[in-house]
Amino acid sequence: MSTINQYLSDDHKACDDLFVAAENAVAAKDWPGARDQFDAFTASMRRHFAREEEVLFPAFEARTGMSGGPTFVMRSEHQQINHLLAEMRSALERADGAAYLGQSETLLMLMRQHNMKEENILYPMADQALADESDTLVARMEPIQA
Amino acid sequence: MGPGLALEQAPPFSAPLRFFLTAPVFLAAAGLLAAWSTGWSGTPLAPVSLALTHLVTLGFLGMVMLGALMQILPVVAGSPVPAVGPVAAVSHAGLAIGTPLLAWGLASGEAAILNAAGLALGLGLTVFLIPTAISLARARALDSVRAMALSVAALAVTVLLGLSLTAWLAGHWAPADPIDLLGRHALAGLAGWVGVLVVGTAWQVVPMLQLTPAYPPRLTRALLIGFALALPAALLPPAPWQIVGEAGLALGLVVFALATLDLQRRRKRKIGDTTLRFWRLGMICLALAAALSPLPLPEAARMTAGMLFVAGFGVSVVNGMLYKIVPFLAWFHLHAQKGLPAAGRPSMKDYLPESRAQGQFRAYLAALACLLATPFAPALAVPGGLLLAASSAWLGWNLVSAVRLFRAHGGRV
Repeated sequence: MSTINQYLSDDHKACDDLFVAAENAVAAKDWPGARDQFDAFTASMRRHFAREEEVLFPAFEARTGMSGGPTFVMRSEHQQINHLLAEMRSALERADGAAYLGQSETLLMLMRQHNMKEENILYPMADQALADESDTLVARMEPIQA
Repeated sequence: MGPGLALEQAPPFSAPLRFFLTAPVFLAAAGLLAAWSTGWSGTPLAPVSLALTHLVTLGFLGMVMLGALMQILPVVAGSPVPAVGPVAAVSHAGLAIGTPLLAWGLASGEAAILNAAGLALGLGLTVFLIPTAISLARARALDSVRAMALSVAALAVTVLLGLSLTAWLAGHWAPADPIDLLGRHALAGLAGWVGVLVVGTAWQVVPMLQLTPAYPPRLTRALLIGFALALPAALLPPAPWQIVGEAGLALGLVVFALATLDLQRRRKRKIGDTTLRFWRLGMICLALAAALSPLPLPEAARMTAGMLFVAGFGVSVVNGMLYKIVPFLAWFHLHAQKGLPAAGRPSMKDYLPESRAQGQFRAYLAALACLLATPFAPALAVPGGLLLAASSAWLGWNLVSAVRLFRAHGGRV
């Protein structure tokens, strides 16, 4: 598989694993564990968004001339995801398991259909458009710790 | 902007929703008809059996699958169905008018009703098939998209054969072997359209919903090639190849069902939900139905195998998917319409509380158990049919409640 798609799809999988660890901890009512896992999950989400919004999207927009299209939609879905993360954080602070699980169900659907669009459509397009600099881009994304 | 880039082109809520809200009505109608009329459980060829089959396959399965495909193609394949608003309106009207007419025409044998049914269904389904074929042709060539394309081709064959059979029943022509045509019509519709469409969709949504491992690419490729070879072999040429094709389809579906059960067992997400229960029930019924289908069974067992496929597999999987799609779309469209800030808006679980979904699942399970036993104990048709009608009404009410909550928060359909 090509570099950008492989690299960021692996990032998605890492985020999924942390999502599930947090959700399983909430389901088990392990609140301290859930807060730790949730912090790790949100940190990995922030890092992933920064890799896209600071490195991949600007490079893609510059190369293709498309700034109002796919990357615009992906950025606005990032905002929606951030909003849900904030609601989940507040549910965790209240130790409100039902509210957390209702939001996490919603987040999972939103996140996975978002990832599907990126993995099936946007990343392959980026790999095509940016074939000559994909190694450099991955090298620039790797050290980001948002 | 080219079709591959259209990430934002989700269809309006009304496009898929009209299909999702109509479908339970036909399933409930099938339940009432099954309870009210006797004798359908003896043979799939009785007029009432044919009417019942089409209320479920066209009225429920077809209805939801058309709406879901229009919704999912932009997400999975980046390729929206062209003119999705008008296409949804016309194809929905064709199905909604044509399905009850066809059930009436099949039960009564009246030529005028059959003519009207053929016209409505032929028109509605053609209006769906052509733009969907265009969307699929433009889509990125993922295995799941190829499987969807194969299933849509099978739907076209099903419609063509179905219209030929309707014309025969209405007295317009006389095929040499109508039972052979009927067999191919059923095979294309069940294994080809319903079966392969669920397979291709599952490759995307099963890992997505429960965070299971992905289907191994070698498996999806082997199944895709297998279905692409077995389906035409089963439908087109003379006997020896037909048997090979049918066996190939059955084997592919069994392998898919077992692989799905295995992935679900290895899911990372520990929380179970009603959608997962519907899918597991569906996969067990699919494995059984497909394993039974090549065997020389007595008539009653053949009826049960058919119901295992249509109700146990098809209805279960579709019912389970509705419980994810409708709450998510309600959430999604409310955000799209209202923007941020979003504090106090319902989550998916508020749109569809798990307890309501679970109760409906249990009612459906009871209906299914009665219906599967009906060919051996015909008196069970009454409780089976009534339970099916009740569980379908419950499903419909659960979906309508989600839409009412959406409206109460200012959402517009």
